[in-house]
Amino acid sequence: FLGAGGGNDIQWCFSQVKGAVDDDVAEADIISTVEFNHSGELLATGDKGGRVVIFQQEQENKTQSHSRGEYNVYSTFQSHEPEFDYLKSLEIEEKINKIRWLPQKNAAQFLLSTNDKTIKLWKISERDKRPEGYNLKEEDGRYRDPTTVTTLRVPVFRPMDLMVEASPRRIFANAHTYHINSISINSDYETYLSADDLRINLWHLEITDRSFNIVDIKPANMEELTEVITAAEFHPNSCSTFVYSSSKGTIRLCDMRASALCDRHSKLFEEPEDPSNRSFFSEIISSISDVKFSHSGRYMMTRDYLSVKIWDLNMENRPVETYQVHEYLRSKLCSLYENDCIFDKFECCWNGSDRQVEFLSLCTSDLPNIVMTGSYNNFFRMFDRNTKRDVTLEASRENNKPRTVLKPRKVCASGKRKKDEISVDSLDFNKKILHTAWHPKENIIAVATTNNLYIFQDKMN
Amino acid sequence: MAAPLGTGGFTEETGQEKQDTQEKDKAIPPERAEEAKLKAKYPNLGQKPGGSDFLMKRLQKGQKYFDSGDYNMAKAKMKNKQLPSAGPDKNLVTGDHIPTPQDLPQRKSSLVTSKLAG
Repeated sequence: FLGAGGGNDIQWCFSQVKGAVDDDVAEADIISTVEFNHSGELLATGDKGGRVVIFQQEQENKTQSHSRGEYNVYSTFQSHEPEFDYLKSLEIEEKINKIRWLPQKNAAQFLLSTNDKTIKLWKISERDKRPEGYNLKEEDGRYRDPTTVTTLRVPVFRPMDLMVEASPRRIFANAHTYHINSISINSDYETYLSADDLRINLWHLEITDRSFNIVDIKPANMEELTEVITAAEFHPNSCSTFVYSSSKGTIRLCDMRASALCDRHSKLFEEPEDPSNRSFFSEIISSISDVKFSHSGRYMMTRDYLSVKIWDLNMENRPVETYQVHEYLRSKLCSLYENDCIFDKFECCWNGSDRQVEFLSLCTSDLPNIVMTGSYNNFFRMFDRNTKRDVTLEASRENNKPRTVLKPRKVCASGKRKKDEISVDSLDFNKKILHTAWHPKENIIAVATTNNLYIFQDKMN
Repeated sequence: MAAPLGTGGFTEETGQEKQDTQEKDKAIPPERAEEAKLKAKYPNLGQKPGGSDFLMKRLQKGQKYFDSGDYNMAKAKMKNKQLPSAGPDKNLVTGDHIPTPQDLPQRKSSLVTSKLAG
């Protein structure tokens, strides 16, 4: 259990870092997605080169009570390849946009991975035995001359070195004209949605040749286009409910029971804008880059360029909480527009939680309630919804002594810079943390810098 | 929140230029100041930043320009002439050269294992 109550701030320590040390980053090595599976035992990453790497947590060592199991490479495979659509003169990147795990049903693990156009269901299975003692085949595979066989034996399974195999079980293709930004598995564990800039499709995990379009915001005249879909997610408990966010900062909640095509939302979440504050940048920075339901499904969190907002599903006209991620960037928007950083898509995540306890607990404010998101200069931010305290931490190899608590960082927006503070102008905007993930049950977090994966965990006594 | 001009203690005519500048900064929200900077640099910037142009560019990501129509037309025209080959110096390629599928930079998939697994 996560050590609830009493305002015990989590003390984060470096645990591991994966990836190359050199500064010269190959495009293919840029990490594009990070996701824990439902038990937290497996951690998957996807990169721009179309590859998936899965790490597995070691079984806890009873003698080493001061740390949890380390994550080591379990499997790696090429999920997507680059393609060229000659008909449309379109290059299709192999970059993995999202990975989503299915809950485990049997010995094998399943995940969905997607690039801009095609979603694939991968089966990851273990093999630790192999049959030996065939009558007609030698151990090396050569066939024996049947006339030389004088006795019969029964082949048996013998142990072998563990082999982890990944195989594509389903390919869901040709359903998206625009670029897929999200996939989300339904709580029925049978269907999932995929969203591109203008449309959302519903699939059945077993059926690849058919998909239902459930949202279509493409205008009849493309010149009237004002808004695109930026993210979508199914509700964690209600299998007919999903939300999608837009480039204009709105979130629409739809109920699939209302109609086959959910173009009319059931709820529209939008914070009214102060017209006196409107500028050229307003719409761009209001674009929502990520939307995530809380585990209970009562709240959802959105990330726009400068802030994280928590919405109560029962209140559409404004968020219940807003947290500033890096407000000091508001006076740098001109240069951030020029270097394209203003279009960076940051993700956000909730802390893991024990869902059962959350339901049973009469006073949910005792439960740890923390949200995390990335920023620049390899900084990432955490906001504690209970204490209203926030912290800025850094993913850097300089802090890589295990069990050393990470030192909070501070950015100096203006005026005199204190010792240990970093001025806004010294921030490295090439070092962005776009993808982070929180273990579903423990205080372990995975933070992806451009090409490295950091794992941090809370200080255990 | 911007404080309206004329309130507070800074409007006294003390001749302190520094305080006047601070007052002005307080009146203009930082976003507007940044917008003014951008418009000064790029006077032709469109009026509707979140509108069609910007979104259309986003939707067109990945567009390359091999046009099979142009390719076949040019091939028909050049039937009797010596076709200039791509050659090692692609930088010299101009309008006479017919792009072929082979000339398009081929994106090979990464056969190298991810460094995360190293």
